[in-house]
Amino acid sequence: MSTSKPKLAVVGNGMAGMRTVEELLKLAPDLYDITVFGAEPHGNYNRILLSPVLAGEKTVDDIMLNTREWYAKNGITLHAGDPVVKIDRPRRTLYSKSGVELPYDRLLLATGSKPFIIPVPGHQLPGVIAFRDIQDVETMLEAARNHRHAVVIGGGLLGLEAANGLLRQGMDVTVVHVMDSLMERQLDKPAAALLKTSLERKGLRIMLNANTAEIVGPDRVTALRFKDGSEIPADLVVMTAGVRPNIDLARSAGLQCDRAIMVDDTLQTFDPRIYAVGECVQHRKALFGLVAPIWDQARVCATHLAGFGHSRYVQQATATKLKVTGVDLYSAGDFIGNADSEDLVMRDPRRGVYKRLVLKDNRVIGAVLYGDVKDGPWYFELIQNKTDIASLRSRLLFGQAYCEPRAA
Amino acid sequence: MTLPAPLSAAATTFTTCPYCGVGCGVKASTRPDGQLDVAGDEGHGSNYGKLCVKGSALGETVDLHGRLLYPKVDGQRVSWDAALDRVAGGLRRIIDQHGPDAVALYVSGQLLTEDYYVANKLMKGYVGTANIDTNSRLCMSSAVAGHKRAFGEDLVPVCYEDLEQSDLVVLVGSNTAWCHPIIFQRIAKAKEARPEMKLVVIDPRRTATCELADLHLPVKAGTDVWLFNGLLSFLHQHGVMDTGFVERHTADLARTMAIADNTAGDVRSVARACRIGEADLLEFYRLFARTEKVITAFSQGVNQSSAGTDKVNSIINCHLLTGRIGRPGMGPFSITGQPNAMGGREVGGLANMLAAHMELGNARHRDIVQEFWDSPRIADKPGLKAVDLFKAIEEGKVKAVWIMATNPVVSLPDADQVKRALEKCELVISSDIIEKTDTNGFAHVLLPALGWGEKDGTVTNSERRISRQRRFLAAPGEARADWDIICDVARRMGYSGFGFEDVHAVFDEHARLSAYRNEGSRCFDLGGLVGLGAAGFDALAPVQWPVTASGGTARLFEDGRYFHADGKARFVPTPVRAPAHAPDEQYPLILNTGRVRDQWHTMTRTGKSPKLADHIPEPFVDMHPQDALLSGVRAGELARVATRWGSLVARVQHGGGIPRGNVFVPIHWNGQFASDARVGSLVNPIVDPISGEPEFKHTPVRVEEFRVLWHGFVLSRHELAMENTTWWTRIQGRQFLRYEIAGRDKSLDRSPWARSLFGAEGPEADWIEYEDRSAGVYRAALVVEDRIECCVFISPRPDLPSRAWLASLFVKEQLEEIDRVGLLVGEPLEKGADTGPTVCSCFGVGRNTICAAIRDKNLKTPAEITGCLKAGGNCGSCVPELKKLLAEVRATEAA
Repeated sequence: MSTSKPKLAVVGNGMAGMRTVEELLKLAPDLYDITVFGAEPHGNYNRILLSPVLAGEKTVDDIMLNTREWYAKNGITLHAGDPVVKIDRPRRTLYSKSGVELPYDRLLLATGSKPFIIPVPGHQLPGVIAFRDIQDVETMLEAARNHRHAVVIGGGLLGLEAANGLLRQGMDVTVVHVMDSLMERQLDKPAAALLKTSLERKGLRIMLNANTAEIVGPDRVTALRFKDGSEIPADLVVMTAGVRPNIDLARSAGLQCDRAIMVDDTLQTFDPRIYAVGECVQHRKALFGLVAPIWDQARVCATHLAGFGHSRYVQQATATKLKVTGVDLYSAGDFIGNADSEDLVMRDPRRGVYKRLVLKDNRVIGAVLYGDVKDGPWYFELIQNKTDIASLRSRLLFGQAYCEPRAA
Repeated sequence: MTLPAPLSAAATTFTTCPYCGVGCGVKASTRPDGQLDVAGDEGHGSNYGKLCVKGSALGETVDLHGRLLYPKVDGQRVSWDAALDRVAGGLRRIIDQHGPDAVALYVSGQLLTEDYYVANKLMKGYVGTANIDTNSRLCMSSAVAGHKRAFGEDLVPVCYEDLEQSDLVVLVGSNTAWCHPIIFQRIAKAKEARPEMKLVVIDPRRTATCELADLHLPVKAGTDVWLFNGLLSFLHQHGVMDTGFVERHTADLARTMAIADNTAGDVRSVARACRIGEADLLEFYRLFARTEKVITAFSQGVNQSSAGTDKVNSIINCHLLTGRIGRPGMGPFSITGQPNAMGGREVGGLANMLAAHMELGNARHRDIVQEFWDSPRIADKPGLKAVDLFKAIEEGKVKAVWIMATNPVVSLPDADQVKRALEKCELVISSDIIEKTDTNGFAHVLLPALGWGEKDGTVTNSERRISRQRRFLAAPGEARADWDIICDVARRMGYSGFGFEDVHAVFDEHARLSAYRNEGSRCFDLGGLVGLGAAGFDALAPVQWPVTASGGTARLFEDGRYFHADGKARFVPTPVRAPAHAPDEQYPLILNTGRVRDQWHTMTRTGKSPKLADHIPEPFVDMHPQDALLSGVRAGELARVATRWGSLVARVQHGGGIPRGNVFVPIHWNGQFASDARVGSLVNPIVDPISGEPEFKHTPVRVEEFRVLWHGFVLSRHELAMENTTWWTRIQGRQFLRYEIAGRDKSLDRSPWARSLFGAEGPEADWIEYEDRSAGVYRAALVVEDRIECCVFISPRPDLPSRAWLASLFVKEQLEEIDRVGLLVGEPLEKGADTGPTVCSCFGVGRNTICAAIRDKNLKTPAEITGCLKAGGNCGSCVPELKKLLAEVRATEAA
């Protein structure tokens, strides 16, 4: 027993928490006696890859990041399937559902987020689920085996990935979206229209401007009813209408929360012994859902836990991709633009390519790429670095290969 | 592309090139796929198997696209009977009402001698007017007049072989390298073999010809007479004179010498007048003085001048003084521009000549011709020369004109006047091989003629060599030979004497007339070619006239006999005079016009060849950079080039060796190939008082900015309607047409414009576009069945991508993915730049990049790949693929 070491407790066995632990182990492998609590009965897996699992392109084993052996090998105690229910901050002790009582010296909260379930009548019926974890994927796969009609509420990134997966599993899938174009937070309208066409060509049914009034069913969902009174059959309803940070535990422990757990540039909460990373945190008014900034947070947080207090978390622009096989989509920055911005646009509908860059003062401020996303990261870099592109302008949209000086 | 039908498969036909006056022998054979193979005829004494780029590209010009295939009256297709009745009836009615001088023929050095012969016979012997002139008026009538004044007949003393045997070749006003490439090659080869042979080029421009020159004298435009009067005076002063020759064989030296001494008696003042260095001038004079075997060859730079005839005589005077004529390797040498300008001269195709080198003003000659023809009448006074002819048409004095194989709306000076004239003319008849030309737009009657390869007859080149043009292609549509059309009209007008059995019979009559009552009085004599018959005519080998029973004649005057009544040559006094119009404040520069290497005349034929379009694709104005700066125009941009007579728009360029104060515009482009590029409309309608040849090389001109808001180009498989575009020019490519365009409209929304231009309005069209609207950049392409159909590039500046790679896509059966990627860049994506299908989409890392890194850096794990390329370092979803690639690369390396 290494009782002499300080104790680090990690609440949340997800990507954010475990990445922080990995970073910490790289910096200070023997510093802490680490215990991890996870609500799900698994090791840590790559949640981003649930869509390919649902689509049948990957297995659960493929997406495992840290197996139970890994925890053992690194001397980490894992309590999988045992959520923490209470934090007693004055006594620096936490309590799990199964009754584990653990004192801590440092506590890392990585409780992530939970799906937002629209509270329409019938939302608690069996067959109405979210798309968040392996359990949800298993429910969907089960439904695909026994039922025909699936409805996905929400035409955002996650909803479309879920819809694609269900379609690949042989279901008849309708995407119900309340807005007038898909992925409106990541795509401009022409790209959204291309996306819609290509998804429809794959066999998805897409309803825009569709307001759900009620989920109908005697003991399991059978249909979805809209505000205009019309109905569509539904044996499975997947709600992908956004997520809410999972902060109940933090709030009950008296930690300062706004929309999420408030952290400073070192990922510390108002209680300096308690850190938080990932989707459950709020940093300077911003919430986080994409993986890139969370990796940054993990790095900063681990540095501090390791005792090197010299790095700060700085927010960066983010980029989005859709993981639907055969649909390449990339967007970054301010792709809507305004009266002062300028557009470079390219359309090649036959090849299924649409690209748009938004420029301002000879800098790229936003990008939407559809069909050919190869240069997305490069544009992302130009956005982040605020590179002056005046000399590249005439070739910029055709990609990095055309903009780099050619070897003689 | 519709290809013409060969007369017989796989046979090789020996014929003659239809372009410049060099008159090269050509071998033509048709491949099984209908394409034409063309090569030089090794046995032809003018070119010995060599062909220039234009001749080599003849195979690209014989397709039937754009051909006039059926007779048309008032735009409607009619039968030959109806068309010819309209022609004959119209001419007859006008002659009856207004007399024979109310009708005219305007013919061309593109006609064969036989066509020319019957046209001349019809007008001078039957209609009874000398109103038949030819476009040869525009290129060598000054040489004709000069020859006649000096020698008593239009005689070119030398032959090409003389060029090779001479020790000094002086090229005056001749860009031989571009305009007569095979002659230039013969000179170059001779000079290479005998480096002591000298070449002097006298030309305001530093042309391609100067590259070979030992000395280039960039004389001020129009000062040739000063230069050669100066030479005459210099030679005389230094005793470089063949006194015996001058005494026995010439007359009028004293008067001529006096004028020369008075106008150009000292080298310094000549150098000043010609605006060249005194040392250079002296070097030339001394070189000429000490070289016995000297040829002074001249072309349009001498002829196309208001003093053209005097220029010719000032040159001939120097050869007469030194007796350097009539012997191998020496003499004055007019190099003609057209394939059969000489043939036209031989049959009297000019308004001031009769036939067979006989004179209108000579009663005996008129008697000989009328007797030979047994014609009802004979013209007894000169007819209207080209420029005067079209003036008379506008004035209503001439009411019918029959234009053959030429395009006066493009080629005449003050060419807008020609438009006005033709608009007013009661009856305009045009015989042509191409339907749409600037001139044919005014014709009431269009008659389809045979083109090169289809027609049969003879042509005469610059060295008096008569060669056969033979047919090897079937007549397309209802096209007929010009001589046959003319004879048919003559018969319909009730004239006898036009019942020729076939073309050989026309030639035979022409040959007989040349010998008729000749008895050595006329040099032009084809007595040896009389009675060839059909077979003999068909087998006729190239031969230089005069042709006697013993054969042809390589050079003239070997016996010292000339063809004035006294048998002597004449010195002709040549007073100096400046070109008619001097530049002034408003028009401060001098416009010079001429040919470019790879185009011919008004491009009706050469314009069809992609190969020929490559050299110089667009109409241009070449000028000195300093003048461009002063005019406010820039190389690569468009400029308006204006004179008191008209204007055009062309792209400014430098590099043509243009001296300060001059600009050069090519003669070729016209309304069929560009929106606004007819240089003829700019040229002052000033002519030489003797020859009537226009002053094409000296018109005061102003160059100014032609402001446009955008530049662009279009490549398209099909012809497009460009009428609404401010400026355009069309260029033939391989399986596409290229349009260079520019506009003044500010329209921001290019997409609908481009879609409607290409007929790609439907949503199903495979339409690729790129737009940078605030920069004014627009690019689009239409793909049909995986082949590129057309593309358009627009930019506010002329900074457009190269057309070369895009052009290469039009010959591809199918566009590859990588082609589509580069299409709107206008550049290929280099193979090395192809990163392969994306593996890591977070960082955009392609398969090829990853495999290369694994190999080159010996990477072992996904983490190492991430460390090296970032791939897999974000969402990690490609890590399984990275593992797979690691295994694959390892497997291939092991194998």
